[in-house]
Amino acid sequence: MRAMAVAALALVFAAVLTLTVGVREGGFALLWQALTAFDPTDPAHIAIHSIRMPRLIAGLIAGAALGMAGTIMQAITRNPLADPGILGINAGAAFAVVIGSLIAGRADNGLMAALAFPGAAAAAVAVFALGGGLKGDAGPVRLTLAGVALSAMLLSFVSAIILARNEALEVFRFWVTGSLAQAGMRPLGYMAVAAVFGSALAIAIAPRIEALSLGSALARGLGTNPGRIQFGALVAVTALTGAAVGVAGPVAFLGLLVPRLARRVGGHVLRRELIASAILGAAILLFADTIGRLVTPPAEIRVGTMTALIGAPMFIWMARRLRAGAGA
Amino acid sequence: MTSANNALKAENLTIGYGERTVIDNLSLDFPAGRMTAILGPNGCGKSTLLRALARLITPEKGTVTLGSDNIFSMDTRALARRLAILPQASKAPEGITVADLVRRGRTPWRGLFSAWSEADAAAVERALKEVGLTDMSERPIDQLSGGQRQRAWIALVLAQDTPCLLLDEPTTWLDLTHQIEVLSLVRERNRNQGVTVVTVLHDLNLAARFYDRLVLLGPNGMVAAGSPQDVLTEENLMTGFGLSAMVLPDPITGTPMVVPR
Repeated sequence: MRAMAVAALALVFAAVLTLTVGVREGGFALLWQALTAFDPTDPAHIAIHSIRMPRLIAGLIAGAALGMAGTIMQAITRNPLADPGILGINAGAAFAVVIGSLIAGRADNGLMAALAFPGAAAAAVAVFALGGGLKGDAGPVRLTLAGVALSAMLLSFVSAIILARNEALEVFRFWVTGSLAQAGMRPLGYMAVAAVFGSALAIAIAPRIEALSLGSALARGLGTNPGRIQFGALVAVTALTGAAVGVAGPVAFLGLLVPRLARRVGGHVLRRELIASAILGAAILLFADTIGRLVTPPAEIRVGTMTALIGAPMFIWMARRLRAGAGA
Repeated sequence: MTSANNALKAENLTIGYGERTVIDNLSLDFPAGRMTAILGPNGCGKSTLLRALARLITPEKGTVTLGSDNIFSMDTRALARRLAILPQASKAPEGITVADLVRRGRTPWRGLFSAWSEADAAAVERALKEVGLTDMSERPIDQLSGGQRQRAWIALVLAQDTPCLLLDEPTTWLDLTHQIEVLSLVRERNRNQGVTVVTVLHDLNLAARFYDRLVLLGPNGMVAAGSPQDVLTEENLMTGFGLSAMVLPDPITGTPMVVPR
């Protein structure tokens, strides 16, 4: 319980940093003023409301959603390397959005929202099929390889399309490496609804996922239906990942980092782990975003790059550990 | 609790994998409140039979009834509240504690949005006490010895709190002391609460000591079913296992003891 409180405090701190860092001088006092006594003629107040607030909301949605999605995926696949980025689900959503908006010739929020979810779902199903998940339990290595391959393929398609269309570069770069910049342009409302739906579903079926993680025979003995749990988990992961990609683009590795930390906070009780994942995911994403804005001013490093900088070495370390351990 | 409602009954079961028929037209009673062990050589279909009794596999023909209900037409959760199965060699999530593992035995008693209840907590506490792991409940499973780990798995199905308990080779990989420990605690649950127990076992002498009834399956179907004295005869051992053995009374319990020649 104390760990959960510490995590929540870290999130509040990260949120305050997101709102205040880089907003000229004034810091916290200015933030307080902008929140309690908004002055529409003060450019600093306007910056906080129209730029920082959407950025914060996008970070909260994407971070919480990716953290929870990673935790569900790791529980259901019994694979510590499962992550929406690594398993290609982010890439599926991004790919569907880019292709779809090219075909439609427009890139409005409603369209993006409508495309991100089927893209995420299709990629999730494809990876499980390729990784042998349909025939029984997919081994962690096979599943991970299938995901990395699919992810690389889809993102390189997206890059190829973008590079061929000069005018679209700025707009579409977002779909290759996630970013919280210009969050005000994203469909925050739709995606918040999807993220809340995905979280509620995940929390509802969490005890059944726990049963399933003991193996499908024992899970059935405990009165659950493995096929139905897997389907529910797929819907939850799709809603969460689609929401995250919709507001922040594909952000890799967050779903890999967060579940390990969340387990320390929540223990082996999946509902607590999910809540901890949401808090920690949002906090880490916001911290990473703030650091990305500080290191090379006035330019900023995209948050998708920041999470990869932290996450990639972690991934290598975990993959090595996996091989050294029991393997399964 | 020893009502006939907790009796398991296999009727004309035929089970096969593809072309191969493993169980052919088998009918068997597993009386309520008694402990029955299923014995036989490797590949004779012991585990297959047990899995069919728990509805983990669907037979080609025949049915299984629990009391007066056909288990194949029961609601999944309703069945899980009456019958628990511990499959062979289950694997725990990395780093999970004993208590968190055992709590998962309460799954069939929990609704989609219902919180952890007093009854859940009491069942988990009692199960931990029965297997003697109360003091180790906060320890990670992977830090326990093999015997303790197996007791934790048994506590999981005990926490499920069903009047019918199926165990698939619960003593495999354990040394003799721990085998006896595990079978003793299962028998204690049976004696105290009248739970119907069906277990697949390898050790004939332990089966004779701990179980009320034995079922011996051979390569060509069932060889014998009944009391240990009736089942463990030299003739049946030859038919079932192709084993030439003497059967003597166990000097301690008087139950039959198999001594291979």
